[in-house]
Amino acid sequence: MASIELTNITKIYRDAKRKRDLLAIDDVSLSVAQNEFLCLLGSSGCGKSTLLNMIAGFETPTGGSVTVGGRPVDGPGADRGMVFQQANLMPWLPVWENVAFHLRLKGWRKADRRAAAQEYIDMVGLQGFENHFPAELSGGMSQRVGIARALLLNPQVILMDEPFAALDAQTKMDMQEELVAIWQKQRCTIVFVTHSVDEALVLGTQVAVLTSRPGRVRELIGLDLPRPRDITSPRFNDHKRHILNLIREEGLQQRAVAAA
Amino acid sequence: MTALSKSWERAVVPLFILVAWEIVSRSGLFPAALLPAPSAVLHSWGDWVFGYDETTQANSGRWLADALSSATRVAAGYAIAAASAVLLGIAIGWWRWVERTIEPTIQMLRPVPPVSWIPLAIIWFGIANKPAIFLVFLGAFFPILMNTIHGVKTADRNLIRAASMMGATEQQLLRHVVFPAALPSIFAGLRIGIGAAWMLTVTAEMVAVKSGLGYVLWDSYYFLRYDLVLAAMASIGLLGFATDGLIKLLMSAALHWQRASTLQSREG
Ligand SMILES: Nc1ncnc2c1ncn2[C@@H]1O[C@H](COP(=O)(O)OP(=O)(O)OP(=O)(O)O)[C@@H](O)[C@H]1O
Ligand SMILES: [Mg+2]
Repeated sequence: MASIELTNITKIYRDAKRKRDLLAIDDVSLSVAQNEFLCLLGSSGCGKSTLLNMIAGFETPTGGSVTVGGRPVDGPGADRGMVFQQANLMPWLPVWENVAFHLRLKGWRKADRRAAAQEYIDMVGLQGFENHFPAELSGGMSQRVGIARALLLNPQVILMDEPFAALDAQTKMDMQEELVAIWQKQRCTIVFVTHSVDEALVLGTQVAVLTSRPGRVRELIGLDLPRPRDITSPRFNDHKRHILNLIREEGLQQRAVAAA
Repeated sequence: MTALSKSWERAVVPLFILVAWEIVSRSGLFPAALLPAPSAVLHSWGDWVFGYDETTQANSGRWLADALSSATRVAAGYAIAAASAVLLGIAIGWWRWVERTIEPTIQMLRPVPPVSWIPLAIIWFGIANKPAIFLVFLGAFFPILMNTIHGVKTADRNLIRAASMMGATEQQLLRHVVFPAALPSIFAGLRIGIGAAWMLTVTAEMVAVKSGLGYVLWDSYYFLRYDLVLAAMASIGLLGFATDGLIKLLMSAALHWQRASTLQSREG
């Protein structure tokens, strides 16, 4: 029921000051069935965050339509949990209050919020930092608070914008495993933005490779690799080779366009 | 640095001024009545506070009552100003239509010096507490308002996004995101406002009220009691300093989350 449909999406950012409009997304159609794990792969500035923001309801598409669970998106809501590219934590709240912010909005009592937050704080490995303020956290730790905060919503749809980019290799691997486990348990739909081909292939059921600006879907690749994914298996490497080739071609085309 | 040498640091300038002043007064360069020595001021001030030898005649022992009536006016006007300026400032900063309809009027009233309201204040409210409270309100209102508007407008849009992602309604956004995000700026306004509040109580008391530190100051001027004028000035300074300290205390309690991220965290 929580499937995501993007139909012929275009997004133009109007830039009144520079008198120049920017075509960020050009005719993207994507259909993400319930319980899919879609990874968006594309170069910097190709419009990945923009796409995610439109699903979340922060931006409206200039053309086309976005529906989640069959209903058109008309604003943000707690049915879609988002992990932002910058953690966006409330600097005046300690870690546990940030994680439990949703429950504060729902009017839960302090003790209940505190208890509910703990499960997610443990999940992202931040035990002992419950009472720290965001300014006292490292980048990767802030990002993990953002993840815990989105998971606590227990949403139908989770939107993640390069959530693991600031993590070390070991933590990243742990978090990827944890995320897959959560996804398998809660049967939610995930759209996950990443720069890393490996990460996309380790996590996704589908990988959408986007072109450089303006963003279009270059190719949608279905992955039916067994889990846990073996990053040394021949099939994994076939996929990887294929995607890297796409990216290389894209880069060559870009340079050709720039040179012309 | 030790605590002792720190407090010594703070005391060195005031002490120097006092000593120099005492020497100049006693040198006989000016008539003693025109520039009373600090010791003389202290003596009169003491009598004003404790009433030990009636050097201050009718004022003897009445300091606490005078200080209290000034402080009450400051507190009343300031509280009304703070509450209304913060609410209105949030509304102006948040809703464009409120800004469009109210802001021009506010910006026209703002440059009018609060003191120039004195005639109207007296006509409207008579000679008593009310005109003084009104003046204090005017003085404190605008700095708090301007800073609140600024704080709301510069709130991080991404935090608002994050909160609405978690299902916040507009009212919840204002309460749980916009207000705390604007708080550092609101406190900057509150601190400017308290200074203005003291200035205007004293001004009002000199003209439109028959009690308080400002009244004693002006009355003593008529009776050529410059020692009391100085004692009143010092009292106002001290009380202003104390109330500002109170607000600073409140501020560091409310903004303790800033400790790790701002310059002031370097201080001991
Ligand atoms: N609010 C905005 N106003 C104007 N232009 C914007 C805005 N947000 C994004 N853009 C532009 O749209 C394009 C796509 O931006 P977007 O943030 O979606 O890229 P991205 O794929 O997420 O990049 P990265 O991988 O670096 O995060 C960029 O050229 C950017 O300059
Ligand atoms: Mg991005």
